This record gives sequence, C-alpha cells and structure tokens, in this order.
Amino acid sequence: MTAISPTLRLEPAALVGAVVERVEAPGRFAGLFATARPSGSTELLAVVATDGRLDVLQAHLAPGVSAYPALTPRVPGAYWYEREIHDLFGLVPEGHPRLDPLVLPLAHDAPRPRPGAGQPGPGLMSPDESPLPGLVSGEGLFTIPYGPVRSGVFESVEYLVETPGEDIANLRVRVHHKHRGIEGRFEGRSTADGVLVAERVEGVASVAHAIAYCQAVEGLAGVVVPAPAQLVRVVHAELERVANHLESVIRHTEASGQAVAYARLTLHKERVLRLHGFLCGHRFGRGVVVPGGVANGARLEPDEIGSALDKLARDVDDDLRLLMATPSFLDRLRGTGRLSGDVAASRGALGPVGRGSGLGEDVRRSRPYGAYSLLGFEPAEARSGGDALARQNVRLDEIRTSLELARRAVAELGGQERGPWRVPVVPPDGLGVGWAEAPQGEVLYLVESTGRRLARVKPRSASFHNLALLASALRGDVFTDFAFVEASFGVSIAGVAG
Amino acid sequence: MPWVTRGLREGIVTTRYPARPDGYGEGWMGTVGVVGEPEAGSPGELEQLCPTGAISARGGQVRLDRGRCILCRRCVDARPDLFCFDSSVEVASMRRSGLVVPPVDQTDAGLALARADLARRVRCLRRSVHVRHVDAGSDGSDEWEVAALTNPVYDVHRLGIFISASPRHADVLLVTGAGTAGMLGPLRRTLEAMPDPKVVVAAGTDAASGGILAGSYASHGGIGDLVPVDVWVPGSPPSPFSLLHGLLLAVGLISEAEG
Repeated sequence: MTAISPTLRLEPAALVGAVVERVEAPGRFAGLFATARPSGSTELLAVVATDGRLDVLQAHLAPGVSAYPALTPRVPGAYWYEREIHDLFGLVPEGHPRLDPLVLPLAHDAPRPRPGAGQPGPGLMSPDESPLPGLVSGEGLFTIPYGPVRSGVFESVEYLVETPGEDIANLRVRVHHKHRGIEGRFEGRSTADGVLVAERVEGVASVAHAIAYCQAVEGLAGVVVPAPAQLVRVVHAELERVANHLESVIRHTEASGQAVAYARLTLHKERVLRLHGFLCGHRFGRGVVVPGGVANGARLEPDEIGSALDKLARDVDDDLRLLMATPSFLDRLRGTGRLSGDVAASRGALGPVGRGSGLGEDVRRSRPYGAYSLLGFEPAEARSGGDALARQNVRLDEIRTSLELARRAVAELGGQERGPWRVPVVPPDGLGVGWAEAPQGEVLYLVESTGRRLARVKPRSASFHNLALLASALRGDVFTDFAFVEASFGVSIAGVAG
Repeated sequence: MPWVTRGLREGIVTTRYPARPDGYGEGWMGTVGVVGEPEAGSPGELEQLCPTGAISARGGQVRLDRGRCILCRRCVDARPDLFCFDSSVEVASMRRSGLVVPPVDQTDAGLALARADLARRVRCLRRSVHVRHVDAGSDGSDEWEVAALTNPVYDVHRLGIFISASPRHADVLLVTGAGTAGMLGPLRRTLEAMPDPKVVVAAGTDAASGGILAGSYASHGGIGDLVPVDVWVPGSPPSPFSLLHGLLLAVGLISEAEG
C-alpha cells in the first residue's frame, strides 16, 4: 500500500495545470471527486495514476465558492466526472463544454445532496425528467429513446440514439433513473459496516468493491492482512471475474441467436455462482471480504474446490473453443464497436475495454495488491483490434487465467487452511485510497474516516469511467450492432448511477 | 453439428422443482431463521445487531423481518443461540407481514382473503404466464438472478412462464430494486400499459424495504408504496429458486403454507 503519494494540496486555479502535467508525464487520469464538509466548504480530489503509483491532488473551495476552472477542456477523461460533481454538489466547472445532467437532473436552484456534509438529506429528490436537446443536426435526423425500461431483463438505463435511420450518428446515455444515492449510505457507519454498502454499489462486482474498500481502510490503519485471507480473497475475486466475463459472452450469444451456446454458457455461469455459494454461503461472494481479512475460510476442502475448478475450466474451455469457431457468431463481433487506441489512451479506458484497444494496464500487476504477486500473476495480453471481438478475446483469455489463479490460490491455501483469517482494524482519522481490478476494470475507493466512523466514501467503478466511451465506440455502427457493443463493454449501470 | 451434441452429452440438468423438492438450497445459506428465545441481553442490544433494522425483540419474542434482512450474518455470528441460517428457498409470501419469522400471531383471514382475491385474478393465467421485469434501482445482481430463470437449470419455460419484452402482453410485473425516485414514473407507466388482470411481484429485500438504501435521498423504502404488490420475495439478491417460488405463488400454481 505504499503506492499512494501523499496528498498534494493546491489552489483550485492550479489544479488543471497539475493534473495535465501528471497526465503528460505520462499518466492516466483516474478520476475527479468532491467531498462536502459540514462547514459548507468543498474539497476537490483529482486522482492520476502514473507508473505504479497514484497521485492524489486536493483543492479546497471555501464556503460560498460555487465554481472552479474545468478540467475537461484539457483532460477529456474528466467529462463525466465534472457533470456528476455538478449534479451532486451544484459546483460549476467553468469552461466545461456541455454540462448536461448525468446522475441526478435537478432544477438549477434546487438543493443538492452534497455527500460528506453530514447533514440529513433534504428529503426525497425527484429528478427532472425533461428531455435533452439533440446534439447532431441535419436533414432527417431524429432521436430514438431506448429505455429506461428495455426489452429483456436489463438494468434501467436510457440510451438516446441520434440517427438518420440506420447509422448511429451519436449516442447519449441517461443513467439517473437508477441513481440510488448510495454514496450517502456509507456516512456515519462504522468501517466494519461500510463494506455492506460497498458490496451493493455494483452488485455483480461485490467482491472487487469489498476488496477496494477494505484495502482503503486497511491502508489508512496500516495493517497487514494475513496471507491465508489474501488467498481467499483471490479465489472469490477470480470466480467473480469468470462469472462476469461469461455474462458478457452470454449476451453476445443471445444477441446473435446462438441458442445452444447460450444454454451452455448460462449453465456454466450458474455453476460458477453455485460454486461461489458453496464456498461462502452467498452466490455473489458477499460477506467474505471484511476490513482486516476475510470473515472465514472457505467452507469446502481445498481438494474439493480444486477439482470443481478443474472441471469448470475444462467444460468452459471446450465450449468457448467451439464458439470461437462459429462463423455466424464471429461475424457479428468482428469490426463492431471499434474504440480506437488513441481515444482509449486519451480517456484512460479501463479493464477489458482498455485491453481490447491496446492498453496493457491491469492493476493486479501495475499496482499489485493482495496475493497476486505471490501467485505469479501475468495479465492477459492486450489486443489492438479495438472492436467487440478484441474485447471478447481479452475476456476469454482472462477466464482461463482467472480459473488458473483461483486454482493456484487454493493450492497455496492447502497448507494454511486454519487461518488466521483477520486482524483487528482501527483506522485513524484521515483519507485512505484503495483499488482492485474488478471484472469491469479498476475500482477506486476514497475513504475518509473521522472518530472511527465513515465521514465520506467515494466509490469509482470502472463502469462509470468506461460507459462514457460507449458513444465513441458506436459511432458509425448501425442499430443491430448496438446489443453487441453494449455487451462487449460489460458495464453495470448500478455502478455508474451511484 | 457440433453444438447439438454438446447439449446431448451433458444430459438433463434441469431441476424437478416444484414437482419434487430440489436439494440445492441445503448447500448454502439461503435465508436467516430464528431458533430460540432470548434469555440474556436487552432487546435494544439484539436490535442493534442488525444494520438494516430487521430484528425486533420486544415482548420477549425475537422476530426477524426477512424483507429487511440483507443476509450479512451479523446476527448469526453474534448470537448463534438465537439466529441460524435456514436452507429454505420457499420464502416468498403474499403478505408483507408474511416475511417476518416466526410469524406474527394473526388470524388467517387476511391470508385467505389475499389468496382468494389473487386466485380470482390469475385463474386464466396458469398455463401461460408472461413476466415483464422492471429494474427500479437494483444493485445489478438481482437482474442476474432473474435472468438465470431461463437458464437450463431453472428453465421456467417448462412451467409455461416466459419473460416478456413488452408490457402489452405481460401478466406479471416483476420489480427489483428499492424504488428510486427516477424510476417511479417509468415503473407506473409500465404497470399501466399492462392489460388486466395483472399481478405485481416485489423481488428482493431492496424491493421489499429498500434494504441498506432505506433513508436515501434518492430511493423510496421499497416499492410497496409505489405499486400494489401481490407477492413479496426476500433475499439480497433473491435466489432463482425463491424467485420461482414467488412466481408460482403469484399465478396460483402452488399455495402458501399456512403460517
């Protein structure tokens, strides 16, 4: 946990320059966040990932100050972050190109939730439903709203497709329907209870979120998690990755009408969730990761887990090989939803989306945590295609790597199956930063603790960061590609809307 | 023809539930039950064990509201003499109060009425039921469990249950999530678009009470006040078997045990 530089305090006017300098270093813009204080002031926190390190830059906005110089004109990756900050805090980034609402559309002068201020909320805040104006103009152009209630079992999200009829000219995303205000639900809880909220920020990546949250708390408290607990965390995190990656492939097979492949892969996914359930009692691995370690060891013998993993790896591999030799399936993915390497790099695309467009970063390797270095983890090779096929190939590689990693972790665990499973964690007042490689990409947690209670927690899912790039990947594609491009991004809306 | 042989090689993986019980629930911690009477400890202490306020301990009787329980295990770890994991997956109920264990003493007239009313509405649906799902602010895992109902293990098509794309020919509205302010309009419009008779199932702890989100500035505490709910399914997220139990209850293919 030495990979965080001490927070650098700056004047708001100096923030843009400092971020640009680090991004050009070269680094990757990882996020811009805000925290309200009970006194009425606000802190801005920019996070930049450089080689093996995270830089946190903090700027203080005095009470009554409601604007700051926008980052977006020089750091395009900040586009959605500044819109989110405007929605939640009412702060205006001066010079932002398009400050449309994102997670919570409210009237101009309406009170804002201002997470971190520690006050009881101003009652239920109902979003303003008025439509957004179209961005593209031209003869015959119109907007098709798709969602928030969509055809099938999906999370609620509204895609506004601007089109002359078949080609997708532009796409805007509205996620506010699902905004739950979950960041606020951390506040005032003990650090031990905070993990219950973290597991529900993005329910399909519960384990990764719990790990990132706990590592932030553990880093702040300066405790070292026992080795056996680290191994148990790896087993659960990797099973979660396999389930998520299978889900992405399943949605591709569903969209392309591959009925048998769909049935086969949903069966494998069910088996992964069941194995997860047998290991810890919960099909999504909740309740396993706690601050200081894990709640318990696995409920199965290492041999049992090992043979279940081996069988799973064989069966999944067998079907995926056949799928990748099915031309009617591959034709739908090849060249679809191309995200150029330049855009991916300048916006800092995360996880399989980044790795499908030539970016090699995987925080299990670049900022290693837990048992990953011990287990000799090597990230999947980046693909340069940038299309849905490249992203899927990355996921297929990772399914194999993840099952192998889980297998190695179980073998290591064989010798240490009695624990210890956890150490006490008493965090001092201060800011902790944690991260983990979720199936969707890097998850970040900024955790502020005061008097052994959580004053403010800001989760940043990879889904939030990557969904902003969906429009770029879709440009030039046609309607029937939509389902494939969306599935290949593998985004969970819960993690975006907050 | 390689894909065809794949399916055949595997054999039958589909559960026999509800015709025969399925042993799967026994392998993991499906739900929490109450096993004992408190001998020591003040009611306040017991109630504080639960981060979502699911435990009540007034009048010498400990009760647990599964509609609030998020399965965090705090109570089972602290007081194994009072709480335990229960392997039951048949946990759905036609009344919100039916999610409380042990059951609150009340006449069964309420249940009988609810059952008669629902039975009248669903009489024509039993052989073919179309379900429209709406996410009203879930954490995303609930959708996976709803979608799992169509995988070969649960395969609800064998029971005449289908997931429908349009509300226009849907009979059952299956709602997940805590009821966010932003989904109130779309949720009500979806219900309105459905033809009569219609049945509403609240799927999951979030939909029943808001779970850990209860009290947020952006969510209602569950969907109970937003749409008329007929069947409640607890769980965070609800397991596919519990969802199946809830759906079967909703269309009268099985009946709720007297409690």
